[in-house]
Amino acid sequence: MLAYLVLALVLFSIGLFGVLTRRNTIGILMSLELMFNAVNINFVVFNKFVATSALVGQMFAIFIVVVAAAEAVAGLAIVLLLYRNWQGIDTDNDSVMKW
Amino acid sequence: MAVGDVGIVFWILSVAIIVSACMVVSLRNIFHCALALILCLFAVAGIFILLGAEFLAAAQVLIYVGAVAILMIFAIMLTSNLAAKKITQTNENALVGLLVCVFFTLVGWVLLKKTYEGIWSHLELARPLPSDNILTLGKYLMTQYALPFEVVSILLLAAMIGAIVLARKENA
Repeated sequence: MLAYLVLALVLFSIGLFGVLTRRNTIGILMSLELMFNAVNINFVVFNKFVATSALVGQMFAIFIVVVAAAEAVAGLAIVLLLYRNWQGIDTDNDSVMKW
Repeated sequence: MAVGDVGIVFWILSVAIIVSACMVVSLRNIFHCALALILCLFAVAGIFILLGAEFLAAAQVLIYVGAVAILMIFAIMLTSNLAAKKITQTNENALVGLLVCVFFTLVGWVLLKKTYEGIWSHLELARPLPSDNILTLGKYLMTQYALPFEVVSILLLAAMIGAIVLARKENA
């Protein structure tokens, strides 16, 4: 069980690194998917080894997968819109929107 | 179950996951990153099968590999000229970000180990999951989890309409 949890921890950290350091907006979205997957692994591991009631963890993981798909759809639509307005999708340009 | 006795398949899948995840966050060419992401998602599906979550593994392959990753590749092709991508892909936070993530991993590892030895190792069940996994999941979705199921359907519909409205040309 501990090995699975450590694997999820490492995967989450790698995804966090990507979110912090990527310059390309699509790269940030891909790193977010890595973090979602780490969380899903945790849910399934706890469901298998220390479940309080059967299959609740898998149910949550399924809902997370669906919400992640919706997030990717909306995020990529925003990326397309950014590209159309600024001819580039680097986060350096996007911070113009901060104000 | 200690770290040592989880089997050779787990180690192969772990190495595949970690190597491909590192490629996702570090490669220069964003298209190669998307291909590494697909490999990583496949390996995570393998981990789900190891953990007895066959339906989740199938959904992972269908939704992530079949839909989300392909969508990413579409977006990459629509937004960047691939051949000219030799510029640096990380911003000036790279070193600080690396330090933060290494710190996060070490703290998390110590916490996991202590908590595992203190609490979880006593709770750990030896029972196998029921073999009619998918049957139980389907029953849950139609009874106990019917409301979240419907809410998620509305969310997907909203995301779909929102994406169409956002990405549509203004003068169409």
